[in-house]
Amino acid sequence: MQRWWLTIAVIACAPVAALANDWGMGDSNSKIPVSSIFSPVSTPAHEINVLALFTIAITAAIFVIVGGLLTYAIVRFRRRPGEDDREPPQVYGSNPIEFAWTTVPVLIVLVLILTTARTIYTVQAPTRPPGAISVRVIAHQWWWEFRYPDLGVVTANELHVPLSDRQSPTPTFLDLESADVAHSFWVPRLAGKTDVIPNRKNTMWIDPHVAGTYLGQCAEYCGTEHGLMLLRVIVEPRADFDRWVAAQKQPPALDASVAHGRQIFESTACVNCHTIQGTAAVGRFGPDLTHLMARETIGAGVAMNTRDHLRVWVDDPNVMKPGALMPAMNLGDKDLDDLVAYLATLH
Amino acid sequence: MAGSIEHEIPLSATDDLQSLPVLGKLHEWVVTVDHKRLGIMYIAGGLVFFLVAGLQAATIRLQLAFPDGNIVSPQVFNRLMTMHGTAMVFMVGMPILTGFFNYLVPLMVGARDLAFPRLNAFGFWLWLFGSLLLYFSYLAGDGLYGAGSAPDVGWFAYAPLTELPFSRGNSTDYWILSILLTSVGSTATAINIVATAFCMRCEGMTLGKMPVLVWLAVVVAFMMIVVLPPLSAAQAMLLLDRFLGAHFFDTQAGGSAILWQHFFWIFGHPEVYVLVIPAFAFASEIIPVFSRKVIFGYSIMVAASCGIGFISMSVWAHHMFAVGMTPAGNSFFAASSMLVGVPTGIKIFNWLGTIWGGKLRFQVPMLFCLAFLFQFLIAGLTGIMLAVAPFDWQTTDTYFVVAHFHYVLVGAIVFMIFAAIYYWFPKATGRMLSEKLGQWHFWLFLIGFHMTFDTMHFSGLRGMPRRIYTYQPGRGLETLNLIESIGALVQGIAVLIFVINVMRSLLAGEEAGNDPWDAWTLEWSTTSPPPEYNFATPPVVRSRRPLWDLKHPDDPDWKYE
Repeated sequence: MQRWWLTIAVIACAPVAALANDWGMGDSNSKIPVSSIFSPVSTPAHEINVLALFTIAITAAIFVIVGGLLTYAIVRFRRRPGEDDREPPQVYGSNPIEFAWTTVPVLIVLVLILTTARTIYTVQAPTRPPGAISVRVIAHQWWWEFRYPDLGVVTANELHVPLSDRQSPTPTFLDLESADVAHSFWVPRLAGKTDVIPNRKNTMWIDPHVAGTYLGQCAEYCGTEHGLMLLRVIVEPRADFDRWVAAQKQPPALDASVAHGRQIFESTACVNCHTIQGTAAVGRFGPDLTHLMARETIGAGVAMNTRDHLRVWVDDPNVMKPGALMPAMNLGDKDLDDLVAYLATLH
Repeated sequence: MAGSIEHEIPLSATDDLQSLPVLGKLHEWVVTVDHKRLGIMYIAGGLVFFLVAGLQAATIRLQLAFPDGNIVSPQVFNRLMTMHGTAMVFMVGMPILTGFFNYLVPLMVGARDLAFPRLNAFGFWLWLFGSLLLYFSYLAGDGLYGAGSAPDVGWFAYAPLTELPFSRGNSTDYWILSILLTSVGSTATAINIVATAFCMRCEGMTLGKMPVLVWLAVVVAFMMIVVLPPLSAAQAMLLLDRFLGAHFFDTQAGGSAILWQHFFWIFGHPEVYVLVIPAFAFASEIIPVFSRKVIFGYSIMVAASCGIGFISMSVWAHHMFAVGMTPAGNSFFAASSMLVGVPTGIKIFNWLGTIWGGKLRFQVPMLFCLAFLFQFLIAGLTGIMLAVAPFDWQTTDTYFVVAHFHYVLVGAIVFMIFAAIYYWFPKATGRMLSEKLGQWHFWLFLIGFHMTFDTMHFSGLRGMPRRIYTYQPGRGLETLNLIESIGALVQGIAVLIFVINVMRSLLAGEEAGNDPWDAWTLEWSTTSPPPEYNFATPPVVRSRRPLWDLKHPDDPDWKYE
């Protein structure tokens, strides 16, 4: 009998056992408000929200009226028990009624078209104030590269932008490019999505007016790890943003205690894909690691950036992100420890 | 000489095979050119693929039931969602709807078969083997390590993910070739339907007296003839890219990724109407019979369907609002997409007008129709939301869109396919489906449908993109996804009941008789199942409802039409 219960318990737990380790992301995510399109903090998202609510109001009214009529008709004209079998009067149609229920939808559609067009032009044709920040967003299978051409900063997966206040706006303009296949840049609370398409330059803009971290991710199917091509936007007051930029422009401090780890990095395949300023590593295929430890997450948001997670990732990225294009490094335990110790100094 | 060819075919083959009854029966089905048998084979084949692709969807829901799910790997998940989408459109929706038109159009126009019976058989076998080819990729699709097996590029197969550098092996080639084949078959069927409706009508049946279903079959057939070639052309280009080094969509050599999207959606959007107009057609036949009233506004219904056919060809780029079109382009496609809502609305109003003042009988086909009316209304309204381009920038490629199009494809089309099966099954087999099991099937399917797809709207609005193989905890998506998965299970149980119902009826169903629903169109005037030649003498009609005229000689339709 007890074995019976044990079997049931094991079967019931099977789905839970099938869950992967969440690498600390659950805790981190739950501290960030849900990325609802109805809680905008930036003008494009706000404009869309207003239009969305207007559209929902109209469609809800249509639903109540038509759905109500349908319900009424179904209840009122049901065949009642004991009724005779005579057929009801046959009505073949009515042109005035047809005219009425054609005209009213046409008018509703006309109103919607005009309001839609106005929002399209507001969002798609912005004026660019002098203080605007430019960022080149380059989407890769399955991570994001961010380059600030005016500031000389390169980072990955976590986009830092300054707070934009309404008196002296400092919006951020994003130039979107893809290194491989089609992707889509989407952070629901900041703006609608814009596709990132190879051989084509798209642009979008955001002007967040509430500081905080906003979650987003790739929204166009782009291959195996589309599901974990995550991104974060960190919106900071101007002073914090300037401090972050200054720190990013510093070369990483040299720490003699991790010289062996650095030597491993510079003498293995790492340098083919990664850049660390001030070293021999100038690869462009993977994320720039110069200030790796300044980022909250690794692997485009698959794990919190801790030493343990970093070790798992470098040992074999497929454990965290099956299909990731970075190969397992096949290092011995000692070398792996030293390498991770070196990476952990890249503040 | 025709005579000598006939002699080369052993005419006695069937006689020889009669000693082996099963084989003989099978042989009859393989060599048949009868529109009814081909129609049944289309529908049965489509239902088998429906079960397979449905199980694939169930696996997807199992994977997504909990955050960080680990039931299948991302590679397997991506194959599942690609195969589910591709199969549900090309191997389920298209054949079942074609099958019904195959079966019904000749019967409804009082003809003995489609205009080109052999072409019809050709189309069916192309479809069947094309479909098998797609699933054969699971066995035969090879590639580099970790890349092989079934296609994993999504059902709209966006370039350049389908190009050689990103899709090694030949799984994508299976996707291309199988759909190329089924498209050719569908085009053949479309030509056949147009020819039958225009040339094979019985005496007295003018175009204005054709049943609504036949009219809508013509609209769908014309749309298929127009929209399938762009897809086939794009697929041919993709094959050239992959095998001969052309660069149509190869962005690394200057090709255009957007070009594929235009090609795909100029097929893909009208395709939605190719699938949903048959659902309208079933509703326009079934709702009147169970309301005991003539269809309200026949000519307006036909005109609205033609209008949908035309407008739907100029709305395709509403799938591409996020690709960075100009504001003018976005505004145009927003406007055209909203306009298609007008004729669609007219159709809903006319069904309402048909119900109004009737005596509604809530038998299973009607239950599915009534659910269809509400669900299609909601699908239309979320469609209007998606046509509002800025709203679409937020919702495109999210679960909001997944919810919207499943409201169309399941809430409208699958519901109406079930309605049509319950309605015409007695005609095709001579047996009734069980009303009691049908009620269970309907209510469970309804509950499961709403659990799954209502909640998907909200996960989309909360930032969940489509086609992701997992999602992290802590993003407010756990509860919604769990409800969606439980709903999928309920739908699965409902479909199981449906399968049992069909099996039970085939073995020991109640006899149907010629006209179990007291209906009015020509197919109910012949026996159930109809003889191979359909009608012993070609019928002559005077109105759109020939059987009404027969049953009510004192008050016939032709006086009023």
